[in-house]
Amino acid sequence: MPKLKVSLLTGRTIDQGKGKEFGKLSEEYWKSVAICEMDPNDIKELGIRENDSIKITTDFGSAVVRAVKSKRTPHPKVVFIPYGPWASLIMNPRTHGTGMPSLKGIPAEIEPAPKERVLSLPELLKEHYARE
Amino acid sequence: MVPVISGVTCPVCGSFCDDIELVVKNNAITDVKNACAVGVAKFLNYTNHRHVIPLIRKNGELVETSLDEAVRKSAEILVDATYPILYGWSSTSCEAIRVGLELAEEVGGVIDNTSTICHGPSILSIQDIGISSCTLGQLRHRADIVIYWGSNPWSAHPRHIERYTAFSTGRFQATAWRGYLSRLGAILTKKRLMRAVNLVLRRDVSAPPGIDRRLPYSLFRKGRKMIVVDVRRTRSAELADYFLQVEPNSDYELLQAFRMLIRDEELDVDEVAGVPVEILEEVADIMIGCELGILFFGLGLTMTKGKLRNIDAALSLVRDLNQRTKFLIMPMRGHFNVTGANVVFTWQTGYPYAVDFSQGFPRYNPGETSMIDILCRGESDAGLIIASDPVAHFPREAAQNLVKNPLIVIDPEVTPTSLMADVVIPSAFVGIEVEGTAYRMDHVPLPLKKVVEPPENCLSDVEILQRILREARRIRRRYN
Amino acid sequence: MDLAIRNGRIVERVDEKKAEVIDASGMLVMPGGVDIHCHIAGAEVNSGRLLRPEDHFRDVEVKTAVTRSGVGYSIPSTFTTGYRYARMGYTTVMNPSMPPLEARHTHEELDDTPMVDKATYPLLGDWWFVLEHLRDGQIEECAAHVAWMMSATKGYAIKIVNPGGLEAWGFGRNVKNLDDSVPYFNVTPREIVRGLCKVNKLLNMPHTIHVHTNNLGKPGNYITALETMKCVEDLAEGKRPVIHITHCQFCAFKGSDWQTMSSGAEEIAKYVNHHDHVTLDMGQVIFTDTTTMTADGPFQYGLYNLTGNKWVNHDVETETSSGIVPFRYKRKSAVHATQWSIGLELALLIKDPWKIYMTTDHPNGGPFTAYPNIIAWLMSRVARKKTLGKISKRARRKSLLPSIDRELSFYEIAVVTRAGQAKALNLTQKGHLGVGADADIAVYGINPEQIDPSKKYKTVRRAFRRAAYTIKDGEIVVKNGQIVKSVFGKTFWVDVKTSLPMEVNDDLKQKFREYWTVEYENYPIPDRFLHFPAPIPVKAEV
Repeated sequence: MPKLKVSLLTGRTIDQGKGKEFGKLSEEYWKSVAICEMDPNDIKELGIRENDSIKITTDFGSAVVRAVKSKRTPHPKVVFIPYGPWASLIMNPRTHGTGMPSLKGIPAEIEPAPKERVLSLPELLKEHYARE
Repeated sequence: MVPVISGVTCPVCGSFCDDIELVVKNNAITDVKNACAVGVAKFLNYTNHRHVIPLIRKNGELVETSLDEAVRKSAEILVDATYPILYGWSSTSCEAIRVGLELAEEVGGVIDNTSTICHGPSILSIQDIGISSCTLGQLRHRADIVIYWGSNPWSAHPRHIERYTAFSTGRFQATAWRGYLSRLGAILTKKRLMRAVNLVLRRDVSAPPGIDRRLPYSLFRKGRKMIVVDVRRTRSAELADYFLQVEPNSDYELLQAFRMLIRDEELDVDEVAGVPVEILEEVADIMIGCELGILFFGLGLTMTKGKLRNIDAALSLVRDLNQRTKFLIMPMRGHFNVTGANVVFTWQTGYPYAVDFSQGFPRYNPGETSMIDILCRGESDAGLIIASDPVAHFPREAAQNLVKNPLIVIDPEVTPTSLMADVVIPSAFVGIEVEGTAYRMDHVPLPLKKVVEPPENCLSDVEILQRILREARRIRRRYN
Repeated sequence: MDLAIRNGRIVERVDEKKAEVIDASGMLVMPGGVDIHCHIAGAEVNSGRLLRPEDHFRDVEVKTAVTRSGVGYSIPSTFTTGYRYARMGYTTVMNPSMPPLEARHTHEELDDTPMVDKATYPLLGDWWFVLEHLRDGQIEECAAHVAWMMSATKGYAIKIVNPGGLEAWGFGRNVKNLDDSVPYFNVTPREIVRGLCKVNKLLNMPHTIHVHTNNLGKPGNYITALETMKCVEDLAEGKRPVIHITHCQFCAFKGSDWQTMSSGAEEIAKYVNHHDHVTLDMGQVIFTDTTTMTADGPFQYGLYNLTGNKWVNHDVETETSSGIVPFRYKRKSAVHATQWSIGLELALLIKDPWKIYMTTDHPNGGPFTAYPNIIAWLMSRVARKKTLGKISKRARRKSLLPSIDRELSFYEIAVVTRAGQAKALNLTQKGHLGVGADADIAVYGINPEQIDPSKKYKTVRRAFRRAAYTIKDGEIVVKNGQIVKSVFGKTFWVDVKTSLPMEVNDDLKQKFREYWTVEYENYPIPDRFLHFPAPIPVKAEV
């Protein structure tokens, strides 16, 4: 399976901003944050189509999200996931003594995940944060 | 006559627009004027997914309870803890934050606000270097060079450009909107032409176009100009007169290069951050030649390699530019009252965030007393989260340690954090159902309005915190 | 003699059998201290607090059953500020610099400053409405707008800082003297000072205009100070002052550069001794590491250039500016030591203690906790000599202090630290112990009939550091320098009643969006915003 080494950015988008105002359990929010914006050429290189599931892995975790064509091209090998529970699974928590974790510019690997689906928010919470 | 409430402040982002008009019928907001898409979404949808009854976790499940019980349990959790954390604060009023600080001091906990994962590094840099800044009106009146660096106002602060910078009009500078429109027309025409030409010549356009770095003519004429510096072509970049695309994680080098150039020093290399030096020299000339310039910076600088050192470089660059012309700098604060949280923390404790009261006096050491670090080290043993959603936004390891311990959440809405809590106390929405004060990103304090009545069980954050504080004092007196 | 207190006031007599009695025999009893100029609240002060965590690390206050925790040193947190003033027997404090647009911030902080009564002065010398009205000679329109502003910001007096200079600083420039025209506005600092002086009279404000002169901190600026005082000489009526020059030490420099810099205190004292329309406060320098903060943006930038220290600048649209730079005053620096000497020279050469008050322009010259040190210097030649012996030789040679024998008495100290300031501010219930006064009283553990302050200046210093009793509104709040009860004082503000307020409202409403980035209705502070408001109604002549 083709894998892609990329630099991961996280941040705000208008859709994520609007989505959170509809409520974190809403469909709008889920659609706005469980995604990964990619350069169309990277999508091609990975051999997938828009809206397919991809798995993105960093040194700190992995997440399955939906691939989306970025309109802000060109940015080869740079991907963007909006702030939210999915981005939080793979960000770098180390603050290097500054108090600030690294939420942008994180080295990551992307591979197609045809057999996996994107979890719903309650499912994600149960898997990662539920107490024993 | 339909009642229109004017001069409403929008409780969403750091732009803190105060010209919103609301139509209220039967205690519900039915129409919103002047707000951006996110503001409209907030005013019209805030009642979806909200808590109205206090909840408490029994046998693993969240069940309904009385407010008194929820308050009592919260106070108990905080007093019994050795090192409780109180986090959030950026989306509530200053009045609530004042009570929160008193509560943190009473229980000997650590109180921190969202700057810790946002502009904390900027604050650390300001504490080392200082900052040459102003209120937003100064820029509307005087700025002819507007730079957004590592910041995408179009997505995070949608009305920023039209209210305060490039597309606004002030006493000494006019809007650049018309210039943008004609530029847009030219760009679209060019795009159509290129598409047609490529079709005719059967050119392969799947390869990304090379980056055209030439400075446009519009940067050299009089009037307002906007420059965006970023690693990818954001929507804000498309509005700009000039987009400087740079490689990720090299802002520090680029800022220092600019510092050298504005002092008329020559660079020994051919390119910095992927940009040829000739281009950088021209941009530096534009910076020096302006009447008043402003550099807005966002999380692109605070979160990438270098973190606070990037901000050091940016603050120093602007400070040095003041030798040649008038230049100012401002961090783009995210939440509508994160600036207020810093302000209130500072006047009561001397420190802007990450304040540790465990020894009976305020202690400040980001990296040690900051939320992410405390959580990743697993040192806290209880948490109170207010007006914030760390389970959604903290790195997983930190969020996991947060939910492992007793957790109190005060929030109007259902969030991932409230779903994992042990006590949930529903509050009223500040700025819609409760009055208060909040600070815009440029430190201007403005009133938050109350336009509708909250549901019966939803008290203001101020009242909830005061009750918890009273109960905590009662419990401590009993122990003594 | 006995003092009787009931319901927070000093009264003729009370029933001794039912009253609580404090035996202050053998102790010094004074009205509670009044500080006419100290930066303790608001945007500029808070930025200073944020800028200097290192200043706080070395000076902490632990939480007690009665007090909140906090930090010092040069810019204490709000609770600590109140407690430290009360411990020294102070009960009224004036915050001198409030950017009107950020007035809410100042009042929020004042509301969190316990123990003392307070007020604050809005910065109006560079407000576009003032500049435009005065350019056009419209004194009455200017007065009406200033009245609106005073109510909107809950202010107490008209504050002017480097008039014209702050607007020029909007584009990075400054003004050079009283007759230098402000860019784009075609009005001079002289016109601003004179205009606002007339406005102040028309509005019947309790205090005079409170002025930080142009050219602050520049060698040779004593000329500007004199010219500023002279420029309103003709506006004086009788013996009432019409102008207050604040932290005068900083504008009493002779010389043409730092090498030749020396004291201009003698010239200024001579002028003040012969004119009754001026009051001053010292702005005394203390040899310590402190923080400078003023609304004088260009001056603060100059300080950054001089020292290379970290520098905060904050310009406020349409109105004013501010700057903050940490600063260390060194004994061995000829300039700093001369500055130290100048402050004391002013206080000792000006004969009438009702004209010159003790301040450090906290924290610019040093923290207010150093006031007992200044009292010692003022009362004791020996104390001055001791310090003189430790300063730069060059400064010692130039200093006038060795030739000054005068030592202030306890009575004169009471004037320069409370009575005089209360009078200048027209706070009729403060600064004295007559019947009807607010029961704000300080009792110091020193016997004026037995101790010779001239010799026992260390005893004097100790006594003023820790009041034996501080009484606020008739309640004992401090005993032996410890806070025994936490109280909150009132915020005074002047409610100016003009005859045509509606016209001003309409004019402002129209222009508001053009001038500011906030809505007209969100600008004024509603009465209910302040925790303990004490409006002082005043009827204007317009």
